Amino acid sequence: MKKLMTVLVAAAILAACAPDKPQVSETTGAMKSAVEEVTDPTKGIGQVKNVTLHNPLDAERVQRGLDIYEMKCSACHKLDDQRVVGPGFQDITKRRKPEWIMNMITNVDVMLDEDEEAQKLLELCLMRMPNQNVSIGDARDILEFMRQNDGEK
Amino acid sequence: MKISRIILLVSIASLLIVLNSCKPKGPVGVTTGDAASKVYVAPGQYDEFYNFVSGGFNGQMAVYGLPSGRLFRNIPVFSEDPMSGWGYSEETKPMLMTSHGYIPWDDLHHPALSTTKGEHDGRWLFGNANNTPRVARIDLTTFRTAEIIEIPNSGGNHSSPFITENTEYVVAGTRFSIPLGDNRDVPISSYKENFKGSISFIKVNPETGRMNIEFQLRTPGFNYDLSRAGKGPSHGWFFFSCYNTEQAYTLLEVNASRNDKDFIMAVNWKKAEEYLAQGKGKKEKVKYAHNVYDERTHSATSKMIEEVTVLDVMEFPDIVYFIPCPKSPHGCDVDPSGEFIVGSGKLAAVMPVFSFGKIQTAITNKDYEGDFDGIPVIRYESALHGEVKKPGLGPLHTEFDAKGNAYTSFFVSSEIVKWNVKTLEILDRVPTYYSIGHLCVPGGPTAKPHGKYVIAYNKITKDRYLPTGPELTQSAQLYSIEGDKMQLLLDFPTIGEPHYAEALPASLIKDKSVKIYPIEHNEHPYAAKGEKMARVERKGNDVHVYMTAIRSHLTPDNIEGIRVGDNVYFHVTNLEQDWDVPHGFAIKGATNAEILIMPGETQTLLWKPLTPGVVPFYCTDFCSALHQEMQGYARVSPAGSNTPLKFSTGDTGGQK
Repeated sequence: MKKLMTVLVAAAILAACAPDKPQVSETTGAMKSAVEEVTDPTKGIGQVKNVTLHNPLDAERVQRGLDIYEMKCSACHKLDDQRVVGPGFQDITKRRKPEWIMNMITNVDVMLDEDEEAQKLLELCLMRMPNQNVSIGDARDILEFMRQNDGEK
Repeated sequence: MKISRIILLVSIASLLIVLNSCKPKGPVGVTTGDAASKVYVAPGQYDEFYNFVSGGFNGQMAVYGLPSGRLFRNIPVFSEDPMSGWGYSEETKPMLMTSHGYIPWDDLHHPALSTTKGEHDGRWLFGNANNTPRVARIDLTTFRTAEIIEIPNSGGNHSSPFITENTEYVVAGTRFSIPLGDNRDVPISSYKENFKGSISFIKVNPETGRMNIEFQLRTPGFNYDLSRAGKGPSHGWFFFSCYNTEQAYTLLEVNASRNDKDFIMAVNWKKAEEYLAQGKGKKEKVKYAHNVYDERTHSATSKMIEEVTVLDVMEFPDIVYFIPCPKSPHGCDVDPSGEFIVGSGKLAAVMPVFSFGKIQTAITNKDYEGDFDGIPVIRYESALHGEVKKPGLGPLHTEFDAKGNAYTSFFVSSEIVKWNVKTLEILDRVPTYYSIGHLCVPGGPTAKPHGKYVIAYNKITKDRYLPTGPELTQSAQLYSIEGDKMQLLLDFPTIGEPHYAEALPASLIKDKSVKIYPIEHNEHPYAAKGEKMARVERKGNDVHVYMTAIRSHLTPDNIEGIRVGDNVYFHVTNLEQDWDVPHGFAIKGATNAEILIMPGETQTLLWKPLTPGVVPFYCTDFCSALHQEMQGYARVSPAGSNTPLKFSTGDTGGQK
C-alpha cells in the first residue's frame, strides 16, 4: 500500500510538472557540461530522468496506456516484432531503458536530432516519428502497457 | 540641316524627360531611400501587425502581415473554398445555409475586430455579407468562421458590422429600404408609403461570442450606408450615415443627389433597451438561419429562427435623432475620445465634424429645425463642432491615430488627407495610386489607436503592377505616419476587392493560436480515433468509411463492395497531433472538392460513384517523404451486385 502511494505521488508529481508539449530548454555551456557528466546516454534526452518500475503492473495504467496506444500509436507500431512505419513494440522494454522510451515519446523532435539510437531508427524507417502531443503522464501509461505487452505481470 | 535635326532630337528628348518626370512613377520614384528597410521583415522574423482585409466580392477575409504586406491566409467566410473543402465537406455545408437555401457566395465589405472598453481584445473578427444579409464571426484562435447569422428584414447588409465599446452588440443596418411587414408585394413607386429601413442589434455573448438578434429598429425609408458606435462619453449611442433622403427608387445617381443635406442618424440604443425591457417590442414572423460551427464535433449546424422583436422608432421618437449632413454621407466615423463624429459627404465641398456634447445639448433644448417622419432633425449648426474646409474631392472614410489626428480617404482626388480633429486644420496630404476607397490605421476605429501606419485600399490599380490581361490584381499601399509627413513605403497586391480592413498588434493574438485539435476531445459522430476504429459500414445505399490518416497511409486503403448508386461518405480523421501536419483527401471523379483535415480533426467528403471499376484516392497535402505512397483503391461494382463489403490496410494475403 505504502509503495503504491509512493508511485502514485511520484506519478502525480511527474504528471503535474509535465507541460502538454515538452519544451526544448536551452542550457548554457557550463550547465551543459555539468549535465553531461551525470547524464546516462541510454536514457535518452528529455525531461524524464528517472523512472521507478514496480511489479505487479498497475492495471489501470495498462488500460489507459492501451487506449492511448490505439488512438495515437497503433497506426505505425504493431505489438509484435513486425516493422510497419515504425518498429514493432515487442521486447522494446527489454531493449530500451524506460526513460529512453518516455523521452522518445514526449520529446521526439530533439531525440531524432540528437540521440544516436533514435537517429539509427530514423535511418532504418526513413520516417520521422511524429510528435503525438503525449504528456509525460500519458507516456508513463504507455510504458506500463508496453511492459505488459512484453510479458511482465 | 544636320545640326538643326540634332537640335530637334535633343529638344524632343528633353521634352520627353520633363514630361516623364511629371508622371507619378512606381514606388521607386516616389518613396524615399529608407522605405525598403522599413518594410523588410527578414526571413524567419515576424510582422508586427496582423491586417484583416475584406475580400469584397470573393466573400472571404484575407490575413496579411504588416509592414511586409505578406499574405498568410485567405479565410472562407461567405464563400466556398475547394482548397480546404469549406462548403463542400458535409460538416461545413450548413455554414452557408440561409432562408433562401444554400448560398455559396457573397460580398464581404467590412471586418470588425471585437473590443473591450473600446480597445482591441483580439477575440473575434466579424464580417458582413452585403448581398444576402448575414453577419459572420471568425474565431481568432483558429482563424475560422465559427458562426453566421442571417439578418431578416434587410435589403442588403452594407451598414454592418459595427460594434459597441464592449462588443455588447454588433449592428447590421440595411442599405436598401424595402417593403416590410405582411404585405411586401407593392408597386416600386410606392416607396415613400411602403418602404422602411431596418437596423438589427445582434447581441454577442461575452463568454462564447455566440450571436442572437436581440431586436430590430424599424426606421424611415431611405438608404443606410455606414455606421460607428459611440465610445467613452458617447457609449450607448450609435451613428449611421443615411443617403437618399429624397426617397428615390430609380436612377439614384441623379435622383438621390438633389438634397443639399442628408442625415447622420443618432441612435440612443440604451433607450431602446429600456423600451424593450418594458415589453414595448413587437414580435414579427420572419425566417432566418443561424449557423454555428462546433469545434468538438468538427461540424456545423444550421437552425431556422422564425421570430424577431421590432421597435418602430416612429412610435418612440426619443430613440432616434437626425443630424443634417452635406450631400450623401458615406463614412460616419467616431474619434478615439468618443466626442467627435466625422461625416463624409461623397459630393460635399466641406467635411463636417459633429460634437457629441453639442448634440446632447441640442436634444435637451429641443434645438430642432424640423422633423422627418416625426423624428426630430437637430439644427446643423447646433450639432457642429466645425467643418474641414476644402479637404479634397469625394471624402469617404476616416481613421484616427493616438495623437489627435484624423486620416481621411478621398476617392475622386485620390489621396489621403491628414488633419487635426480639434483644430480642423489640414496637416498633410499624399497621393494614392489610384482612387482610394477605405483606409486603415491599426486600431484606428478604437479608443486606443496603435498608429504607426495608414494603409490605403485602392479601387483602381491600372499600371502599378505587371499586367495580367483585362483583370488586374487589386492593391493596397502602406504609408508611415510616424513623422509629421506621411511617407509611402510599399505597394502590395490583395485578393478580391478590398473594402474596409482592420489591423492589430500580432502580440494580441499570436500566442493564442490553436495548433492542433486534441484527438481525445474529438466528438465527431463518425470519428475514427485510432486505426482500430477504422471501418466501413453500409446502411442501405449509404456507405460510411471511417478512415484514418497518419504519415503516410490511409486506413482502410483497400475497399470493396461499393456499388454504383451508393452515397459513399469518407469520414477522414487525421490522427496526427503535431502542428502543421494536415492531410488531404481526394477521390477520382468526386464532383465536389478535396477536403483538408487538420491534426485531430474529422471531415467528410461525399462521393457518388457512377461507373464500375477500381477508383484511386490519395492524400493531397504533401506530408512526408512517403506522401506519394499515401494512396488507396475503392472497388465499385454494378448496382445490385453481390461483391462483399471488405476493407483492409496492409493485407497482402490475396496477392497472387
